[in-house]
Amino acid sequence: MSTIVALPDQETARLPKLSYLNSEYGLKSWLLTGDHKRIAMLYLISITFFFFIGGAFAGLIRLELLTPLPDLVASDTYNKLFTMHGVIMIFLFLVPSVPATVGNFVIPIMVGAKDLAFPKINLLSWYLYIAGACFLVFALLNGGVDTGWTFTTPLSTHYVNTHVITAAMGVFIAGFSSIFTGLNFIVTIHRMRCPGMTWFRLPLFCWSNYAASILMVLGTPVLAITLVLVMLERTVGIGVFDPTKGGDPLLFQHLFWFYSHPAVYIMILPGMGVISEVISTFSRKRVFGYTAVAFSSVAIAVFGFFVWAHHMFIMGVSNYSALVFSLLTMLVAVPSAIKIFNWAATLYKGSITFETPMLYAFGFMGLFTIGGLTGVFLGSLGMDIHLTETYFIVAHFHFVMVGGMLMAYLAGVHFWWPKMTGRMYPESMSQLSAVTTFIGFILTFFPQFIVGYLGMPRRYHAYPPEFQVLNVLSTAGATVLGIGYLLPMLYMPWSLKYGKIAGDNPWQATGLEWQIQSPPLTENFIDIPVMDHEAYDYDWLEHKTAHEVTTVG
Amino acid sequence: MHISPVLWQFLVRWLTNSALFPPEASAISPYMDAFYFFLIAISAVGMIAVIILVFGFSIMYRKEKNPVATQIEGSTLLEATWTIIPLALFMICFVWGALLYFRIYDPPTNAMNIYIVGKQWMWKAEHPGGQHEIDSLHIPINRQVQLTMISQDVFHSFSIPAFRVKREVIPGRYSTVWFEATATGTYHLFCTQYCGTDHSAMIGEIVAMTPEDYQKWASGSTSGASLAQNGERLFASLGCNSCHSGAASARGPNLAQVYGSQLQLADGSTVTANDAFLRETILNPSTRVTAGYAPIMPTYQGQVSEEGLIDLVEYIKNLNSNYRIQQTLTTSQIASGQAGASSSSPGSSSPAMNYRPQQTLGAGQGGPAKAGKTAPSVPGTVNQ
Amino acid sequence: MDSHAIATEHGEQELHGEAHPAHLRHHFVTVDQQRETASFGMWLFLLTEIMFFGGLFMAYLLYRNWYYDAFVASSNTLGIGLGTTNTAVLILSSFTMAMGVYSAEIRNRKGLLISLSCTILLGLVFLGIKSVEYHEKYVEHHIPGASFSIEDFVHPTDKRDVPLAPDMAQHAQLFFFLYFAMTGMHALHMIIGISILFVLLYQAWHGAYVNGHTSTIDNFGLYWHFVDIVWIFLFPLLYLISRHPLH
Repeated sequence: MSTIVALPDQETARLPKLSYLNSEYGLKSWLLTGDHKRIAMLYLISITFFFFIGGAFAGLIRLELLTPLPDLVASDTYNKLFTMHGVIMIFLFLVPSVPATVGNFVIPIMVGAKDLAFPKINLLSWYLYIAGACFLVFALLNGGVDTGWTFTTPLSTHYVNTHVITAAMGVFIAGFSSIFTGLNFIVTIHRMRCPGMTWFRLPLFCWSNYAASILMVLGTPVLAITLVLVMLERTVGIGVFDPTKGGDPLLFQHLFWFYSHPAVYIMILPGMGVISEVISTFSRKRVFGYTAVAFSSVAIAVFGFFVWAHHMFIMGVSNYSALVFSLLTMLVAVPSAIKIFNWAATLYKGSITFETPMLYAFGFMGLFTIGGLTGVFLGSLGMDIHLTETYFIVAHFHFVMVGGMLMAYLAGVHFWWPKMTGRMYPESMSQLSAVTTFIGFILTFFPQFIVGYLGMPRRYHAYPPEFQVLNVLSTAGATVLGIGYLLPMLYMPWSLKYGKIAGDNPWQATGLEWQIQSPPLTENFIDIPVMDHEAYDYDWLEHKTAHEVTTVG
Repeated sequence: MHISPVLWQFLVRWLTNSALFPPEASAISPYMDAFYFFLIAISAVGMIAVIILVFGFSIMYRKEKNPVATQIEGSTLLEATWTIIPLALFMICFVWGALLYFRIYDPPTNAMNIYIVGKQWMWKAEHPGGQHEIDSLHIPINRQVQLTMISQDVFHSFSIPAFRVKREVIPGRYSTVWFEATATGTYHLFCTQYCGTDHSAMIGEIVAMTPEDYQKWASGSTSGASLAQNGERLFASLGCNSCHSGAASARGPNLAQVYGSQLQLADGSTVTANDAFLRETILNPSTRVTAGYAPIMPTYQGQVSEEGLIDLVEYIKNLNSNYRIQQTLTTSQIASGQAGASSSSPGSSSPAMNYRPQQTLGAGQGGPAKAGKTAPSVPGTVNQ
Repeated sequence: MDSHAIATEHGEQELHGEAHPAHLRHHFVTVDQQRETASFGMWLFLLTEIMFFGGLFMAYLLYRNWYYDAFVASSNTLGIGLGTTNTAVLILSSFTMAMGVYSAEIRNRKGLLISLSCTILLGLVFLGIKSVEYHEKYVEHHIPGASFSIEDFVHPTDKRDVPLAPDMAQHAQLFFFLYFAMTGMHALHMIIGISILFVLLYQAWHGAYVNGHTSTIDNFGLYWHFVDIVWIFLFPLLYLISRHPLH
């Protein structure tokens, strides 16, 4: 079996006359839309906005950490900076990033449906996101919150006088946004697949989002009730988590981490789905071991529910329960390793090109591997004693979240940008951004592993002077990283007006979304398609393009 | 190439001041570092494998060189290989890590105990001999030291990177960690659990000294009264001796030699009377009633600080005869007017003061220290 | 404008004999698909609700284990008569709701209206009895916080009650906190349910749901039954276990 690489001649491509973007005009048509694609665009704008706010806080943090003394901002301010950075980045950016933007846009088309199962609930999700974000912005403008994104009790319930309830409410509401998105995806993938679209013909992006949606749906409500208890305790002061009143602060930890560990898989799984699509497309090859990759997504989701106490190894949990959680943590690391190897094997005997999404995907593979392996460091009980609560942890989760997930998100946005907007972004500019981001990232976060092993604690405003060099390196890297993230903000909007017209299938990819026009019609398909070939069937694509009469405009 | 002298100095200072890992100053540090290097090694192997595959394949099979891709479904053998090998490696990490963890968190029986109370935003260290320190901890090298820690307010975490130990310091319950320092010197002490405004200022020094220097330090730093002696005073002033008088008909159980023993509780369960148990009983007596006694002990929640609780626990720990209780009674009787007036506990009414001293049951005064308990033999402190 | 290379299938609606019914949303191919999808969605949502209540149940189990005596004593102060009545009211309301679903299916508009009204009424009765119970707690100074009094636990009036030590009696506050949190969260779900019932009643009055499209009533019925089931777990846990007989 073979495939010929023949990218279409974009010079002849024209924008379609009618698409979801111009089917209706006016603010109301956007704010009251049921169209999953428009909702995806609304999300894209919102989360980008919050990404830059969270990023600004990160910049201030790194700026402060240039010097060992607490000389840029006051301690309380610094504490608010890292708290808001964490809360915004996790709940307002990473959790909705791929699912709510790319997922919303692409999943209905991938399964061959005209929309998600519940379009109105999809819109409600966005409004809940905005409402939650408003609460957080309110808390921010009224002095910020300084409990850390983990809301550890009894600090958050009895010892700070910032707007904890407002912030907790914001996270609570944003959590329901996440639950409804996940619910929508699960039902869509179960019930809205077009004729012939069996589970194993679904693109792996659907599998990953399905697994993440299970986590969203089952895990987020526990966070919701935990935050309710925190809010109640702050108001009534009854002592559910206060030991002086007979409560148990560790109960909070268990309840909180029961969600927050699956949360990290909620964040990464959709990104892994993107990587599957990108690597397949730019190697012109079916993903190696489709079944293994699909099941490993589900395995990560299932195992992910049973490892929460690895965030609590030094908190006085019994040695034996620590054993169990450490063992399960090792087990949950294996499916991720399987995926990395499967993606690498996909490259074998492929026909590889290095467009921007592929560069981001390579970046993901390298950085996520490092991040994931350092997770094994932390899952090993004894090692965790020394490494936990230091910058090693900070480096670990930034490697997986930023080096992994954020790169996957950017890969996804770049990959589906032509589909979403009908335009190509400038390739050389975007490749430069990808490389800049990669270099900046390593420079920022690799020194943090070292300074973490040296013992520098996290959430520290000031530090012993011997840690300064590594911190300076880290801040220098952050500057480069910032540039890498700012560039897409410039050339993506530029491309909306001046980018090359993309045509239906600029990457010659196999998914259903690439067989329709760019940008798609509001109803995606005029008639529901019938799926008669496997996923990633480049043979089928080759035959199709050979016989196809391409209609544009 | 002429390198700027400033930059060179900077580099040299950094290179000499910090290796890529903290000093190895405890018995467990080399083991921790060995494990770390193993983890780095397997990570490096994994990393290199992935890099070689990705780079290698992308160069070998780039479009210019390989215009036609070969569709490959998969290979169960390969899947099995790269499932089983990582799993095996991770299992090695699991076992090694677990062994290390148990080693650090299972305290040895003969360790010297020091109490740590963390509060926003300082560390208070209390040696049994009565030495009190703030934001520092003096310890002898080549001696097993156990820290019994508790927080007065929020979660903190006691971290000594040079010793490779760290444990959360929790409000409401004791947590312990132990180490054996092997190199003299001054090392960082950090609070590593975010605890509010001055979290980054909750740092201190661990001063590891030779045993002789430690003795000198200890004798020069004591306030005169050991923790147990403070506890004795507190025991009297809170009126504990009114019920825990040691008599057979007393309302409260006899506390002599109760520490470390197996106690039968009223609900039928058996518990070991350790530090945590003693502390809990003082604060929540109704949940831990000893079998055969009525649940009439009042709670002292809010009336005694964590340091006070530590003093009481130390006192009870060192109580190996009724005689000590008699001594306490005697002391309180002498000061009965003041004790009665100034006592703030609700249950300390006068009947206790009329109590008739009872003969000791064989264990003499100043008997040998309880097995397993070692206290620094410093002149001026009372050795139970 | 679609690519002709993808085979398409014309809508199956013609085969059903109903050419594109009004309530068929544009993104569904058949009415069956729409109905099944909506049902699946509701079941999944109820699963999230179970996880939501789960945290509270977890806290209750933990503290009941720690402070058994206080929890037993507190539980005995809850009125068993009112609690049982409420349980019966709610089960009855589930029955009337089920009757409503049946009426909708057999296209009996009058039956549907009566059933929905009865469900609303019974729901309001439940909330009414709940507020009486809450008021009782207020009067007895059992509301956790500043006004809480441990008198009833340290010097119980009922001879069968074992008097608690003051520190254990303080932990009764935890019971009541969880009692108010759990029943309050349940009541919130009831209030939301009753509000939706009013909307359904209004729609049914204008002829909705009895024309073959019963999906909304079906799924709301699921929600209502779920709220009932939560109560059926709460009632034994809070009121019944370790109770003095005939208290």
